[in-house]
Amino acid sequence: MSKEIKPILTARGVSKHFGGLTAVDEVDFEIYPGEVVALLGDNGAGKSTLIKCISGVYRPEQGRVVFNDVDITHQPPADVRSRGIETIYQDLSLAENLDVGANVFLGKEKTRRLFGLIPVTDDNYMREEASGVLDELDIHIPSLKQKLVNLSGGQRQAVAIARAMYWNAQLVIMDEPTAALGVPEQRKVLALIRSLREQNIPVILISHTMHDVMAVADRMVIMRRGRVVANMTRAEATEELIVRHIVGSVENGESAVMI
Amino acid sequence: MAANNPLVRAQRIPFINARSIEVLTKSWSYLFLLGLVVYFSLVGTGFFSVRNFSSILTTSTLIMLMSIGQTYVVITAGIDLSIGWTVGLSSVTTARVMRDLADSGNDIAYAMLIGTMAGLLVALIPGLVNGVLVARIKVPPFIATLGMFGIVRGAAFLLTDGQQVVRGLSSELREALRMIGNGSLLYYIPDDGFHWFSLPPDLAPQQLRVVSQLLPYPVIITALVVIIFAFILARTKFGRHTYVIGGSEEAARRSGINVDRHLLIIYIICGFTAGIAGVLHLFRFTAGAPQAGEAALLSSVAAVVIGGTNLFGGEGDIMGAVVGSLIIAVLQTGLVILNIDSIWQFIVVGVVIIIAVLVNQLKAALESLQTNA
Repeated sequence: MSKEIKPILTARGVSKHFGGLTAVDEVDFEIYPGEVVALLGDNGAGKSTLIKCISGVYRPEQGRVVFNDVDITHQPPADVRSRGIETIYQDLSLAENLDVGANVFLGKEKTRRLFGLIPVTDDNYMREEASGVLDELDIHIPSLKQKLVNLSGGQRQAVAIARAMYWNAQLVIMDEPTAALGVPEQRKVLALIRSLREQNIPVILISHTMHDVMAVADRMVIMRRGRVVANMTRAEATEELIVRHIVGSVENGESAVMI
Repeated sequence: MAANNPLVRAQRIPFINARSIEVLTKSWSYLFLLGLVVYFSLVGTGFFSVRNFSSILTTSTLIMLMSIGQTYVVITAGIDLSIGWTVGLSSVTTARVMRDLADSGNDIAYAMLIGTMAGLLVALIPGLVNGVLVARIKVPPFIATLGMFGIVRGAAFLLTDGQQVVRGLSSELREALRMIGNGSLLYYIPDDGFHWFSLPPDLAPQQLRVVSQLLPYPVIITALVVIIFAFILARTKFGRHTYVIGGSEEAARRSGINVDRHLLIIYIICGFTAGIAGVLHLFRFTAGAPQAGEAALLSSVAAVVIGGTNLFGGEGDIMGAVVGSLIIAVLQTGLVILNIDSIWQFIVVGVVIIIAVLVNQLKAALESLQTNA
């Protein structure tokens, strides 16, 4: 990714403490339009905390987060979302008792006036719009009238991504999107991440699955004990190198011991 | 790509697909109601008559009105145990206000209007308190409404000074109440014909015995309430958000729905439909009674569950509650006509509730079977 283009999101010197524990320690992070950045690290490395500092769930004590030239550092999550940063958690943001259309429009239902008077939900419109955005993402769901509970995990994940796209997300954050999915479904989610990139929508991907990371990420940012310890492009990265950074054997100068 | 897309899942198990599960689990209560009606009509003398059907409908209104509000609450994965006494509180309040206004020389119609409004308004209070406890203070609905169960019960009895009914309603007032509570928009007398609003004054006793009420006022009022709240739940944004909260409160919050305010309104609606039931109870029986809705509470929950509304939230509709209420009313009447001790109704209703829950579980099992196919 060429550095002449301005990053869409920049975090500078972000720190977050929980009591005596420094979860995120003066982290710099940036992502450019159309870029897929994998955020890697062991459990407790600070990946999720950093993401939550960006999405507004946590307020960092130090540092700034700038998105599209706007300082969003201490904005509440709803405001961050409305600026176009969509965080997709496994299943948590879907109503599985409702159909695809209802989920794409969750909380922002389209209404029409019955007899020109009473506002009612326009289910056909929502279903058609949902169908359109699913087509764009090349996702095929047999019946859009099905409740989500009848869909597979990957299809549900696809619905969450479709919703982000429909509402013009400008940055998508995905936390372990392929966890709990079967192999074919994992492939489909990776394909979705690629199609977001094709639409110039950047993705921050938190994943423990090395295979996913190597398959889709343009850049890898590796965290360890709250700090960014490595930032490399796909071309520079090897699985071995990544693992060495994750376990810390690079900074300690040890030779890599792979298991 | 589309052809071998792994997400395209063929529904491999014949007859077990989402549609057929939906149809089967949704329509069993309708079929059960139909079966009951057919059975009682075949074996019970006098069951199959317009007169009896109209009486069953009138009987069902109390439970039905309570089950409308209860449906909203249960869809959000809550429950309101207090509405039985809200019915009583509303009935007692209405009776007292009407009595006192009529006694102090006001016009009967005016007294009735103000009394009705007072009865409806007072029913909003327990709903409001339940809503605040559940939505803002995060008290589990079972506990919050159990507390209100006691409080509202006490309040209702305080208003009658511990008596079983509000005393001192003038015969003039009772007659006026009865005209609406036991009246009908349209009557039918065999060999005589249809009459609007009231019966001809000079009816022979044998004619009075065969009069059918085609459109009893309590049924008309209840039907209107059913239509309004069924419409709100099925077609409006408010109704949709109710299902979202029931499906996933987390998702509702993330999508920007004001969950706390929504729950508050839903508990108020539940109090309100119980209030209508209380006012209507007074009109029908002309005695403000604290325990007017006591026995109907569990029946209203039963009606909701029998109608397919999921006690864990997210699923259900008002028509289900209507069918559930009718099943209970048909059982009550049918068993009496068959001369079976009415105590059996409790046992039969209990069995039907368990069937309803089993059907719901079967549905969940079939759905997971299908998804994993």
